[in-house]
Amino acid sequence: MASEPRGRVQIDPNECKGCGLCIDACPPHCLVFTEELSPYGVHPAHYLGSGCTGCGICFYVCPEPGAIVVYRLSPPPKVISTTEASRAATL
Amino acid sequence: MAEYEVVHSKSPVFYPIYERKADLKHQTHYCPGCGHGVVHKLIAETIADLDLQDRTIFVSPVGCSVFAYYYFDVGNVQAAHGRASAVATALKRACPESIVIAYQGDGDLAAIGTAEIVHAANRGENITVFFINNAIYGMTGGQMAPTTLVGQTTTTTPWGRRPVNEGYPLRVCELLATLEAPVYIERVALSDNKNIMRARRAIRKAIELQRDGAGFSLVEILSPCPTIWKMTPTEARDWVAENMIRNFPLGVFRDRRLAMPGNGGPPQRSVAEVLGLTSPSLGTEAPAAATPTDTREWKMKIAGFGGQGVLLLGQILAEMGMREGKEVSWLPSYGPEMRSGSAHCHVCLSSQRIGSPLIEHPNVLVAMNEISLRKFAPSVTPGGLILYNRRTVPADLGVSNVRLLPIPAAELADQLGAAKVGNIVMLGALLELTGALSFATAEAVLQATVKNPDLLALDLRALQAGRDWARQLPREVR
Ligand SMILES: Cc1ncc(C[n+]2csc(CCOP(=O)(O)OP(=O)(O)O)c2C)c(N)n1
Ligand code: SF4
Ligand code: SF4
Ligand code: SF4
Repeated sequence: MASEPRGRVQIDPNECKGCGLCIDACPPHCLVFTEELSPYGVHPAHYLGSGCTGCGICFYVCPEPGAIVVYRLSPPPKVISTTEASRAATL
Repeated sequence: MAEYEVVHSKSPVFYPIYERKADLKHQTHYCPGCGHGVVHKLIAETIADLDLQDRTIFVSPVGCSVFAYYYFDVGNVQAAHGRASAVATALKRACPESIVIAYQGDGDLAAIGTAEIVHAANRGENITVFFINNAIYGMTGGQMAPTTLVGQTTTTTPWGRRPVNEGYPLRVCELLATLEAPVYIERVALSDNKNIMRARRAIRKAIELQRDGAGFSLVEILSPCPTIWKMTPTEARDWVAENMIRNFPLGVFRDRRLAMPGNGGPPQRSVAEVLGLTSPSLGTEAPAAATPTDTREWKMKIAGFGGQGVLLLGQILAEMGMREGKEVSWLPSYGPEMRSGSAHCHVCLSSQRIGSPLIEHPNVLVAMNEISLRKFAPSVTPGGLILYNRRTVPADLGVSNVRLLPIPAAELADQLGAAKVGNIVMLGALLELTGALSFATAEAVLQATVKNPDLLALDLRALQAGRDWARQLPREVR
């Protein structure tokens, strides 16, 4: 589980305008332009598939409201009740 | 198994698709790398986080962000160039429970709208202004803005801005921070990740302050315009960092709580109370409403020639409404001629606060002449009522779905001795046919406003004549 990347991003090539701000801002440099052009004639940004920390920086520098979705690895479930705790322990 | 959860995605404060154009309904119209989109996202995130979507009214400016209303799924008003903070003032005062955001560019706020922003700030309006400073007029293709840097080339400063000819860049935060009333003024920049997160905090704080009724706040956001600056998006962002911040220092210019007397919105007394119309000492105690639980909203348009008492009839109705505890508005509209020109007025009577005194689609039209009848009849809402100052209606007038009743008000008034009280005959008929307000209130208002005893007696007879005429109308036409 430790090798699982902490984050993951999904970039919609139909929403991305290819400005490159996310690529420039991503600290672990895990975003690149695609080789292919999008239907709108730009090279959209694309996640390399590993290295994302889920920091969210790309989301905040991106001007398009719907281009980027950032995922983060869920924290382990919080212990709320004994039954839940025992359930969590068996996972 | 590792599970991923969404931590950042499109805000629900944005519409799922944008209806502006036939295609590209999912993209904004902003250029790649434009700062407007970033600021939109920060504002949307705050509105969602603070659960203010249903209370927010967004005022879009003229400039590249003129179409912001296609994106934000909140209340939207698009203001004339430079007037966003004045429009926001009106919205906030009319709807004090709303969160009103004025969004303005530097051409909009700091050039054509200089007066509006200075006075809104000076009055300490409880609004939030987001000021997008990109040092240029974006929408119109790159003319010099008041915030254009010294030496910066624009289409109107092709050799660079020269202070000797164009003056120095206007520092809006510093200027407004000389005023007493603003509670929060900060300048931030979209120059890098850290500063974007600072901008995020400032935007949140400014909206929170309005929610808490604190007063006027403004956040200036130094923002890239790659297209007009003729730079790549990353170059433009760096230009903000290297050139704009040097000329427009970042920081908080004002952050204090201010207890201004009466800062909490308009007085919560009724207009009738403010005018002393309910004072028993005046002998004009409010008579009971015609139907105290009446929640119908009356939107009346009264139209005719000047001199027919069109405006006065509206005033009487409005004052009657006030005395019956309704929210009222009266809006006159007339040409420069005092007599014989056309005149009309709008009267709203409501149990709710009135958003706008302007009525496009009345549910009652009083047409004192044929011109007004022909002009305004098509605008009456389905199911509405038209009272026409004649014995018959023009045969060729095609109106459907409304009740059109001829009331020969001027003729009846003439028989009583003075055609000029035709408006009061109309009032009698209108009250009888709508039940909007009570006759007792009409009599009380006439008694309070008409000082001449002979004229008062005539008015009271005119009121009764209109009422009698309406009563004898056959049931099926009423
Ligand atoms: C009354 C009026 N005057 C002038 C214009 C032309 N005009 C449209 S946008 C604009 C300036 C916009 O610049 P800014 O406010 O900086 O916004 P930006 O486009 O850079 O976001 C001007 C002068 C107008 N639309 N209306
Ligand atoms: S979330 Fe952070 S690490 Fe992941 S792609 Fe975006 S900027 Fe890079
Ligand atoms: S910042 Fe947004 S629009 Fe620009 S390249 Fe990245 S995903 Fe595309
Ligand atoms: S012209 Fe400038 S301000 Fe206007 S959308 Fe393009 S980048 Fe943004």
